Amino acid sequence: MDFSNFLLMRHEILLLAILLLLIVGEIFIHKNKKSSIVHLAIFLFGIHTIVGFFAMDEGVLFGTMFKTNNLIHFFKNVLNVGVLILLLQSADWLQEKMVQQQRGTEFFILLFSSLLGMYFMISSGDFLMFYLGLELSTLPVAALAAYETSKRKSSEAGIKLILSAALASGISLFGISMLYATSGSIYFNDIVNTITANYLTILGFVLFFTGLAFKISLVPFHFWTADVYEGAPISVASYLSVISKGAAVFILMILLFTVLKPLMHIWENILYVVALATMFTGNLFALRQQNMKRFLAFSSIAQAGFILLGLITGTQLGTATIVYFVMIYIFSNLAAFGVVQAISLKTGKENMTDYEGLYRTNPNLSLVMMLALFSLAGIPPVAGFFGKFFLFTAAASKGYYLLVFLAVVNVTISLYYYLLVIRAMFLRKSDHPIPFFKNKLYMRLGLIITVIGILILGLYSPLYDYIYELSSNLN
Amino acid sequence: MIAGISIYEILTVTSILFFIGIYGFITRKNLISILISIELIMNASVVNFVIINKYLYPDILQGVLFSIFIIAVTAAETALAVAIIINLYRQISSVEVKDTETMKY
Repeated sequence: MDFSNFLLMRHEILLLAILLLLIVGEIFIHKNKKSSIVHLAIFLFGIHTIVGFFAMDEGVLFGTMFKTNNLIHFFKNVLNVGVLILLLQSADWLQEKMVQQQRGTEFFILLFSSLLGMYFMISSGDFLMFYLGLELSTLPVAALAAYETSKRKSSEAGIKLILSAALASGISLFGISMLYATSGSIYFNDIVNTITANYLTILGFVLFFTGLAFKISLVPFHFWTADVYEGAPISVASYLSVISKGAAVFILMILLFTVLKPLMHIWENILYVVALATMFTGNLFALRQQNMKRFLAFSSIAQAGFILLGLITGTQLGTATIVYFVMIYIFSNLAAFGVVQAISLKTGKENMTDYEGLYRTNPNLSLVMMLALFSLAGIPPVAGFFGKFFLFTAAASKGYYLLVFLAVVNVTISLYYYLLVIRAMFLRKSDHPIPFFKNKLYMRLGLIITVIGILILGLYSPLYDYIYELSSNLN
Repeated sequence: MIAGISIYEILTVTSILFFIGIYGFITRKNLISILISIELIMNASVVNFVIINKYLYPDILQGVLFSIFIIAVTAAETALAVAIIINLYRQISSVEVKDTETMKY
């Protein structure tokens, strides 16, 4: 038998190997030296990230159930970099809080299985693989949300996430069964040939879309987001808002632009309404938040609305801008969550009022936070501006002028609440500011990488050209 | 194929099952009942897959295969949800929805 074909699954095989190694490590490393497993995991995942950048063949496996091309490969690398930064940022928290309870390894095993599920989800070639990937990526995260078993809020977050996710996948499955009824196959390649816009197909599509919308937290299905983000450990909230959302957006884009392309006149209208609702709800609710995690949750809902602006186009330009925007979004949001995590770890404070006077005591942290928020808001010198600008260009090129106008209105609203945080940090004075503290090496590294990403990604234009070239794989 | 019963009747039953599940998910006050409602939704999809496969496309067993996977994954999902509910019960001695509302709006 020839196994060289399996090299197409290099990402998955390597990650699985790391997972198994960590389980072995958990068994054999002595109780008192468990903190070394954090170093081991970060080291192994770093190697995995680097190996991921080597060129890889395109192709299909298992009778088109698993497919990979350069765009998917590139996106897996983006997810890898995001997870690596997230691991660096959460290393201190794990070592200080979790390793003492003998629960450090669990975190990595659950996180990596979830990432494995995302790999399979974004390179799936039929609905069965897609469903298994979706579940594999969701279930470990629910366990992670309830990870701090001694905290009531954490369990609450876990139960809210698992129930919403189960409902979402149930609805999605019902939709898939209808798509199967009308097209006679669960393979994407067969569906694209037979799909037509009859009533059953449209109903199936809407139900299916609901399932993914839960995962991206689009508006009618966003109620779990803020609660889960507030209750879950910050690393998990950051994982949910960045990696999980990014992967779901990517697979939704692939499905809409290839398999469900014949239904475009239907999903255009759905996306139009959902995009508007998502942007307005996310932004208006973010205005009244005091807890930083809830605040970032609603901001991430609003960002998902902006992503839909690229999704609505259905062109190569749309694909390129979405991938580019998601990449920038990963870096900016990770930077913001990183700062929140650093402060929460040292002082346990998570409220916006606690941040008053932060610039006087911790200037570096507040500068990172400022850059991250500027990037999320889309202020010119940083990367977020270019991401948003390209998204709006893509939508405008298809003639959605009103939508783009309303999106710009939303950017203005969002600027207000992002500046609220910056005002608290830089202008407000406080009697009891957060005292000066020094971060450990891992956290500092994690924040520095995000800052470099935020500054470089927007200005380094060959990257965008490269993504645009890759995007021809889809259209 | 079941003699005397057309696909429309069975699909009607599964649709009713699906919407009972949705209704239960929204209105039940107990976390375990919510879990049971989700099971109803999942089972509606499973029956749907099997029936569509049997009646419409009996040549290839795609739908039946899919339904086996759904059953397995749903079992895992339920186990995890029950584990989290038990963990919550240890802290607040309740499985009522109204007791899980410390975080709101």
